[in-house]
Amino acid sequence: MTLTPDFLDGNAAAGDLEFLFGTDMTMASGRCRGCGEQMMLAQTHAYLGGPGMVLRCPGCEGVLLRLVHSPTQVWLDAGGLDYVTMPAPA
Amino acid sequence: MARAAVPRRLGDRLRWTAARLTDRRVESATARTLVFEVPGWPGHLAGQHVDVRLTAEDGYSTQRSYSVASAPDGESVELTVQRVDDGEVSPYLTDELAVGDVVELRGPVGGWFVWRPEQKEPILLVAGGSGLVPLMAVIRMRRAIGNRTPFRLVYSVRSPEYQLFGSELRRDDPGLDKTYLYSRSTPPQWPRPPGRFTASDLSGAGWPPDFEPTCYVCGSTGFVERAAGLLVALGHHPGRIRTERFGPSR
Amino acid sequence: MPIVSRGFHGRARDARHRLPPGQYETADFPVLSAGPTPAVDLDQWEFTVRTETGARHIWDWAEFMALPSQTKTVDLHCVTKWSKFETEWQGVSLDVLLEDVETSAEYALVHSYGDYTTNVPLEDLLDGQAWIAYRYDGEELPPEHGGPARLLIPHLYFWKSAKWVRGIQLLDVEERGFWENIGYHDYGDPWREQRYQGD
Repeated sequence: MTLTPDFLDGNAAAGDLEFLFGTDMTMASGRCRGCGEQMMLAQTHAYLGGPGMVLRCPGCEGVLLRLVHSPTQVWLDAGGLDYVTMPAPA
Repeated sequence: MARAAVPRRLGDRLRWTAARLTDRRVESATARTLVFEVPGWPGHLAGQHVDVRLTAEDGYSTQRSYSVASAPDGESVELTVQRVDDGEVSPYLTDELAVGDVVELRGPVGGWFVWRPEQKEPILLVAGGSGLVPLMAVIRMRRAIGNRTPFRLVYSVRSPEYQLFGSELRRDDPGLDKTYLYSRSTPPQWPRPPGRFTASDLSGAGWPPDFEPTCYVCGSTGFVERAAGLLVALGHHPGRIRTERFGPSR
Repeated sequence: MPIVSRGFHGRARDARHRLPPGQYETADFPVLSAGPTPAVDLDQWEFTVRTETGARHIWDWAEFMALPSQTKTVDLHCVTKWSKFETEWQGVSLDVLLEDVETSAEYALVHSYGDYTTNVPLEDLLDGQAWIAYRYDGEELPPEHGGPARLLIPHLYFWKSAKWVRGIQLLDVEERGFWENIGYHDYGDPWREQRYQGD
């Protein structure tokens, strides 16, 4: 089964992620729970413009992170990531 | 009320700011540069982008990401926007938005697709169409600070009339080599016939992989897939290839 | 409060139709996806109904195409606020596909090629309310809009109309789908503006 590319880079999600976390999360590094691939969140495949943000693993296309905004709530699922690590703020 | 143990300046938080259009320039048949004044703009790194939010009278609202085209310059921020005919946002920005009008802008954001002057390695910039915009910010930054890091630019564009920043790029930038590739039609007497760029275009105009350049690739999703794939096939390490894909529906 | 940008109207729209609350009319057909577009080979395509007891009913493409189809003109309401009116689809009614299925389940979880899922009450799939559609506007359904076949359940928000559908799992206990388990409404009636959990 071949897949046609219709995603953006995780870079494109920088604004929504920084708004939520207060820091640039695209420079954070994470590991895919599904296939073990390690990447910066900037290197993930970003599907935006739909009901929510979806970041997928560039290795296996598994879902790493989902983010949904309603007028009153934010839902975050990062269950596809084993962990996320970033330099501690100075 | 308890106070947070670690105080954080609320002003540091990313938020939407009203940005007023102060100037607009024609860049090509379909691209316009929009100059905004953004009060409190903190400056940006070359390659970063901003989110732009538009709201209609009836409350309808939508947002898009655009790369900053300019080098840091006070509270002035330039976006170069390519008109997508059936797009929802870009035709408004390129055709409707007039000097004095206001959009909301949030940024700068993204720390990955950026060039920092302290980087010592040679740089390869690969641009497809309007993908030149964030790379132009890098070129302008390099020029503004008199940086002499060896740069090579490979710019693929449909035909000469779609070429961005033509006269500015014709100026001499010491240490910046430029190669133009045309996919549909070329200027008169152009040595390379029109066509999609190939591995040999990239190997001829880029850096040998053992120079360990950092490669910045920006363009449509299809362009970036192809260019990044060719760079890897030529022996460049995937970890030194940074990509920024532009979406289809802008 | 967002600041209004003078002269910005979004996508060209008119207000000839009655809109659900919070919706805007569009003439375009925006493509929204949460993942890669799967290229589904018709030789490999299957549609499976699995009941709560594990019984399976499977159709391959040829068997599916041999079923009686209907052509319906319906309105689409996307939770991202666009509505598109009078769209024409051809497909097989779920009444046909579920006719011989023995079940006491009340819920359905719809599965797609790729990893997409969405939940709907089983009764909303019946009585002429839902189809497995394979033609749009007189043409083969293009992959970006869910081809070769997608669920069409126009009385609910359009995320319920799963693209690239490959099966329906019948369940005694409701199981949430891809968007429903991260904040979107379990039912999703556009006329009651059931966008998010709690609406």
